[in-house]
Amino acid sequence: MLNRLTQGLDFQAQALSLRSERQRLIASNIANADTPGYVARDMDFAKALQAATGTMSAGQAMDARHPGHIGSAAVNLSGGRIGGALTYATSSQTSLDRNTVDMDRERASFADNTVKYEATLRFINGNVRTTLSAITGQ
Amino acid sequence: MSMMSIFNVAGSAASAQSQRLNVVASNLANVDTVAGPDGQAYKARQVTFQTQLVGQMAGDETAAGVRVSSVGEDQTPGRRVHDPKHPSADGGGYVTYSNVNAVEEMVNMISASRSYQNNLEVMNTAKTLLLKTLQLGQG
Repeated sequence: MLNRLTQGLDFQAQALSLRSERQRLIASNIANADTPGYVARDMDFAKALQAATGTMSAGQAMDARHPGHIGSAAVNLSGGRIGGALTYATSSQTSLDRNTVDMDRERASFADNTVKYEATLRFINGNVRTTLSAITGQ
Repeated sequence: MSMMSIFNVAGSAASAQSQRLNVVASNLANVDTVAGPDGQAYKARQVTFQTQLVGQMAGDETAAGVRVSSVGEDQTPGRRVHDPKHPSADGGGYVTYSNVNAVEEMVNMISASRSYQNNLEVMNTAKTLLLKTLQLGQG
């Protein structure tokens, strides 16, 4: 029963954690915009979230009924946080010092990630509020 | 709390950019320095940046800060001007000035200040997000 209550919250918490990882990744790219030879990185968010939760959408967490089944928590522990979703960005305009940071794209991704982080925060807040009003029943 | 290290990442970059700005300032200040009797005028300096991992875990490549790895001197010969009446003129009447290129330094300065501003904005955004995260579940 309690499991049902917090299932949606777990999913959003994973998403929030991954959003903050991506924020850090983009901040690193912006910080290294003038470093010679630096290769910009980014993450495939959908892939990372799938690896972290083992599902595509909220409320569909994997059931580990058989002893041989691997639960979503176990996948999360062994596969690491970002897993194989970390990729290299290819530069649209190459530069002489082999730096592949595209500042326009990084700034856009940063703003996009900021908005989505705040959206996830609101989802969690809404979830908490719903649960609270269900508990108090007023 | 992986967002906490954004301050380390953006802070290290801002510090490196301010060092670059410092070097540009000394280059611009010395643009008209003439050589002493030894013939050695001021040589323009350039900083070199290097990636520095600042994550809490060793080898974590997702938190990449910046540091100044070295400050090199430009070895091109200085500007020589024929001015026999100058007190620092050599036997042939030539005065050696520093090899600073003022236009190059101005471009360098604008680039450094823009990068600095970028990193400050990243820090501000991270701070706003962290403050909102602290209020989670209260609103």
